[in-house]
Amino acid sequence: MSGIAMPRPDAGILARAPQIVAALRDILPEDAVISDPEETRAYECDALTAYRCPPLAVVLPRTTEEVAAAMRICHEMRVPVVPRGAGTSLAGGALPTADCVIIATLRLRDVLEIDTRNRFIRVQTGVTNLSVSAELEPHGFFYAPDPSSQLACTIAGNIAMNSGGAHCLKYGVTTNNLMGATVVLTTGEVVELGGVEMGPAGLDLMGLICGSEGQLGIVTEATLRILPRPEGARPVLIGFDGAEVAGECVARIIRSGVLPVAIEYMDDVCLRAVEAFAHAGYPDCAAVLIVEVEGSPAEIDHQIARIREIADALNPVEFRESRNADEAMAIWKGRKSAFGAMGRLGDYICLDGTVPVGQLPYTLKMIGELSRQHGLEVANVFHAGDGNMHPLILFNANKPGDLERAEAFGNDILRLCVDVGGCLTGEHGVGIEKRDLMGKQYDGPDLEIQMAVKDVFDPRWLLNPAKVFPLDASRPWREEAADR
Amino acid sequence: MIPDNPSRAGLSPASEAELGALIAERFATRQPLRIAGGGTRVETGPVPGEVLSTAAISGVVTYEPGEMTLIARAGTPLDQIEPMLAAEGQALAFEPADMRGVLGRNGTPTIGGVVAANASGPRRLLAGACRDHLLGVRFVDGQGRVLKNGGRVMKNVTGLDLGKLICGAHGSLGVLTEVALKTLPHLPDRCTLGFHGVTVEEAVAIFSTALATPFEVSGAAFRDGSAWLRVEGLGPQMDYRRDRLLGLLKPREAEVLDGAATVALWRDLRDLAHFAGTDAPLWRVLVKPSLAPATARALQALGGEVSLDWGGGLVWYCGPGSPQAVRQVAPHATLVRRGGLDGPAFPPEAPPVARLSAGLRQRFDPAGILNPGLMDR
Repeated sequence: MSGIAMPRPDAGILARAPQIVAALRDILPEDAVISDPEETRAYECDALTAYRCPPLAVVLPRTTEEVAAAMRICHEMRVPVVPRGAGTSLAGGALPTADCVIIATLRLRDVLEIDTRNRFIRVQTGVTNLSVSAELEPHGFFYAPDPSSQLACTIAGNIAMNSGGAHCLKYGVTTNNLMGATVVLTTGEVVELGGVEMGPAGLDLMGLICGSEGQLGIVTEATLRILPRPEGARPVLIGFDGAEVAGECVARIIRSGVLPVAIEYMDDVCLRAVEAFAHAGYPDCAAVLIVEVEGSPAEIDHQIARIREIADALNPVEFRESRNADEAMAIWKGRKSAFGAMGRLGDYICLDGTVPVGQLPYTLKMIGELSRQHGLEVANVFHAGDGNMHPLILFNANKPGDLERAEAFGNDILRLCVDVGGCLTGEHGVGIEKRDLMGKQYDGPDLEIQMAVKDVFDPRWLLNPAKVFPLDASRPWREEAADR
Repeated sequence: MIPDNPSRAGLSPASEAELGALIAERFATRQPLRIAGGGTRVETGPVPGEVLSTAAISGVVTYEPGEMTLIARAGTPLDQIEPMLAAEGQALAFEPADMRGVLGRNGTPTIGGVVAANASGPRRLLAGACRDHLLGVRFVDGQGRVLKNGGRVMKNVTGLDLGKLICGAHGSLGVLTEVALKTLPHLPDRCTLGFHGVTVEEAVAIFSTALATPFEVSGAAFRDGSAWLRVEGLGPQMDYRRDRLLGLLKPREAEVLDGAATVALWRDLRDLAHFAGTDAPLWRVLVKPSLAPATARALQALGGEVSLDWGGGLVWYCGPGSPQAVRQVAPHATLVRRGGLDGPAFPPEAPPVARLSAGLRQRFDPAGILNPGLMDR
């Protein structure tokens, strides 16, 4: 276990564990409550695997009503609730505490309605991101947000973290594609926010819920905006001999009026790892951009010609155009296997800060310097069009102190992101990982107003405890909540 | 950069700090304020308090076309921002309307007013609303605290997204002092397909067909028996999209308007020129597009006229129907121009939602001094 502290579990709740489990079993189907330590262990962590703690119990509801019933029991018995989608959070957003009940959305798997005439799909939120687009494919539509964990991650988790993906430069992130949400509040009350209309009047509570990391409620059903599938899409690969010039190319493409669906960046460390792992045939150079454009064949040709013109002026090492689906796949192959490839080099932590696009070259340079200072290698692979960086810090988990060093290095990078005008997290969320850095981005009153908002939704502070807000800052709120 | 015609009367602090001090004082004495940017956006009706304008908190802080990012103080006039973006081939993609004509006002629309109202015009259909382009805010809450949320980058999930709450709260949760917005390339070529002599049912059918294509129709509106589709593009895109759409919609005949006529027509549709020059009540009704024809007919039966935008998702109703009658047809109706009507402008919220909203208002504005009665009754 390493640097990030979690509060001590409540001994009173632990002592009441049998009663709590019994109360849940009373109102839920037999197979919906798990309390056997052998089985709860499967839920002890998310994708931030350095932190683990089995929960008191796990609830696997099939309906909104079952989620509401479980929430009501936990509220009445004052038991913390950790909401969980597929557990793919890289920030510890679904990390349990020993005194919590996990309410997981995994069995909320129904597609409720597909309406292409009004351009929405309504689903239970335990469906996976990829399966939503798969459902839509026969209708000629798709769902735009595509986080790289899309095979596993659920819509519930996407909403909680306001997930993005490679294609959000053009299509936006989850909040831009979410039209309505059925939300179970901490009391078990169910509210409908938004709907099938485009942006109803009144306060935008749905916009507030999206990205709130399970602090305000559990979303059990969602209405998602769907888009007609583009006629075609093609990537190009552009290699450069320096980070600075690659960054300049990104800014010039954006400025030109061409709006690609994706601009991805990989640096030399990543390129070498990917080459060794996936043999994608990438050039050996300082930086590679993958730029994808959409449209009819003629439209794509035109946009690629514009991009080539921009790139040529910057003397690229290579400009590779895909002529067909196989070549397109070859260009994407390395990028899509980047995280797997990095895993072969050793353990890594994946960061998620965002910087203004114009600050990319400077930020990359400074990350290089920090890498030397901390004595740990770092690879950069990220969504360049929107400045969302994913530095991967390599370390050895078996070497005592290495994880702590990697975390310290990571924190330095995130502080750097804030210093150049960016933010701590672009799409992974704060979770526990960045919780104690929040004071770097927000002043006291800025955090106080956010905690005041949580307090409205969760007056007993039971939802997803010890996440998002620094423990010191939230202590007075939590202490006051104990009397409610 | 103080605009030529700042708000004629009332309070007009020149800086965020001054605004903070002013609101702190009003908080202490529990004196209500009516918040306005240029005073061109919201018909507040009988809301108490002295007018507080942000027109003097003005100026572009930074504009980076290569990052598609604009940061401006709340009082910055829209007619300073729009030409600056256009010179770089960019625009505010959500296409905020100029409501002066329809509201009979002559103030200066500000970027803060646009954000406070979540003002989004015809391109909202394709590009999303103002709230979808809002990256960060600075604002002063009802206690006079200067607060910030979000930032200036396009992807940011750091903490709760209070920008979404502030955008569309019409100043009732806090007074904006600075906004960061995403800008987008403005496609250079455009045309409009006009289908004349169609019913509202036929218009929505045309929209449904066009909007199920990948041709990125950026406007789908209906008025006076004509359905209009706006088509844009870069290079060969526009011609290709236009021809494909015309083919799909055959055998319907369409008039094709050129670029200049397209700009003029969509400005007119955006600003509701057809409902200017009268002071009859004007309602904004959000519906599922397939329900637009039935809603439009039920509203017309109350007397008056309707027009559609957003492919049928937005119905405008200008007529004498009573608030009760309008809300019976359209629960999501907002009264934009009062035309002598009293009562709440905004539709009622369901009880549990209203409780959450009231709780939030209590935290942002504990003394209830920011536009009291505008959204909360």
